[in-house]
Amino acid sequence: MWIIKRDLLLAVRRQSDVLTTLFFFIIVVSLFPLSVGPEMNMLRTMAPGVVWVAALLASMLSLGRMFSNDYLDGTLEQMLLSPQSLSLLVLGKALAHWLVTGVPLVLMAPVLGIQYDLPVDALFVLTVTLLLGTPVLSLIGAIGAALTLGLRGGGVLVSLLVLPLYIPVLIFGAGAVEANMAGVGFDAHLSLIGAFLLVSLVFAPWAAASSLRVSLE
Amino acid sequence: MAINWFKYSSPASFYSLAGKMIPVFVVASVILLVAGLYVGFFVAPTDFQQGEAYRIIFIHVPAAWMSMFLYVVMAFWAGIGLAFNTRLSSMFATAIAPTGAMFTFIALWTGALWGKPMWGTWWVWDARLTSELILLFLYIGFMSLQAAIDDPRRADKAGAIIALVGVVNIPIIYFSVQWWNTLHQGASVSVNQAPSMATTMLMGMLIMVLASWMYSIAVILKRTRVIILERESHTAWVAELRKKEAVR
Repeated sequence: MWIIKRDLLLAVRRQSDVLTTLFFFIIVVSLFPLSVGPEMNMLRTMAPGVVWVAALLASMLSLGRMFSNDYLDGTLEQMLLSPQSLSLLVLGKALAHWLVTGVPLVLMAPVLGIQYDLPVDALFVLTVTLLLGTPVLSLIGAIGAALTLGLRGGGVLVSLLVLPLYIPVLIFGAGAVEANMAGVGFDAHLSLIGAFLLVSLVFAPWAAASSLRVSLE
Repeated sequence: MAINWFKYSSPASFYSLAGKMIPVFVVASVILLVAGLYVGFFVAPTDFQQGEAYRIIFIHVPAAWMSMFLYVVMAFWAGIGLAFNTRLSSMFATAIAPTGAMFTFIALWTGALWGKPMWGTWWVWDARLTSELILLFLYIGFMSLQAAIDDPRRADKAGAIIALVGVVNIPIIYFSVQWWNTLHQGASVSVNQAPSMATTMLMGMLIMVLASWMYSIAVILKRTRVIILERESHTAWVAELRKKEAVR
C-alpha cells in the first residue's frame, strides 16, 4: 500500500505529467469533430468509440512513466530486492498509475460526451464502462511497460505490444454505450469488462512482475 | 534400454538431427502440395452455391488453422524455455514466429479474395476477421520485441511472456464463429459431426493441411538451424563445422 501513496505523492509533486495526459485525452477527442465535420447525428454515433480510443491512447502514452523513473534512479532494483512480493508491488504501481491517469479520464469523459451530444443515460454508461475498463488498461499496460523497460524505441514498441491486448476492452467498452443507445441491454458488455478486470487483476501483476525480473536481470 | 530424451535438447545434436530431417519434410511437403492442389482444382466438384470461388478454401482453411496452431506451439515452446531455461526451446519459438505470421497473413489475404465475390466486400469487421487480425498484431509484437532486445536470453524470456499473454486470443478466434454468429460462416469441418462437404473436397483440404504442416516443419527447422549457428558461433563445435565446410 505504501507504494501507492509514494507514487501518488510523486505525481502530486509533478502535476504537469498528470495534466499532460488529461489534456492529450481532451485534444484527441476534440480533433474528431474538426476532422469529420460537426454533424450531430454522426458525432453521437461516433462518440463512445472516439472517447474510448482516446482513453486507450492517453493511458498508453503515460505507461512509460510507470517504471522508467524508478528504473533510472535505481529504486526499482531495490524494490526487487525487498522481501515484499513483487507482484503486489506491481499491483500497487498499476493502481497508482490508474489513479493518476485513469480516474481523471473517467471524470472528464461525461463532459466530453456532452460535446458529442450524448443522451444522459449514455453518458452514465460511458462513465461506468470507463471506470471498469481503465484499470484493465493500466494492469495490462504494466506488462508492456515492464517488458520494454530500458529498450531503445521502447515507446513505440510498447504500443505495438499493448494495443492488441487492449482491443477486447475497447470493443466491449464502446459496445456497451452503443448497445445502450440502441435500446438494447448493456449488462452483458459490463459483465465482460468486469471479467476482464478480475482476470487482469489476478494475472497481470504476476506477468508484469516476471517481466520486470527478465528486464532487470 | 534407457533413451536419453534430453540428447536433442542440446543445440549441437539438434543441429545435425534437424539437418537430416529437413530434406524429408521438404519432399513430403512438395508431394502433398502438388497432390492437394490437383485434388483441389481438378478433382473436387464445383460447389452448387459458391461456384468455383469456394476453391480458395484449399489454401484459406489450412492457413487459418496453421496460424492459430503455430501460435499455440510457439507460446508452448517459449513457455518451456521460460520455465526450464532451455535454450533450444526458446530458439524454436523464435523460429516459429515468422512462419506463423505468414500463415496469418495468407489467411487474411485469401479471406479477402474470397469475401469479394461472396459477401461483396473485401473486409468486414466480423468477430473472426478481427481476432485473426489481432493474431497478426500479436505475432508482429512478439517479433519486434525480440528484435528490439540485443541480449538473446532476455529477448527469449520477454518474448515468452508476451506470447503467453497473447494465447488468450486463440480460443476467442476459434470459437468466435459460434459465439457471435456473424458473417463468417461456421466451421466447415468438426470432429464430432459429419463434415458438411463432399468427400473429395474434404480430402483436398486435408491434404493441403498436411502439406502446410510439412512445409512449416521444414521451414522452422531450417530457421532454427540458422538461429543455432548464429547464437552458438563462439562454440567449439560450430568452429569445427566451419572448418569442415571450408574443406568441402
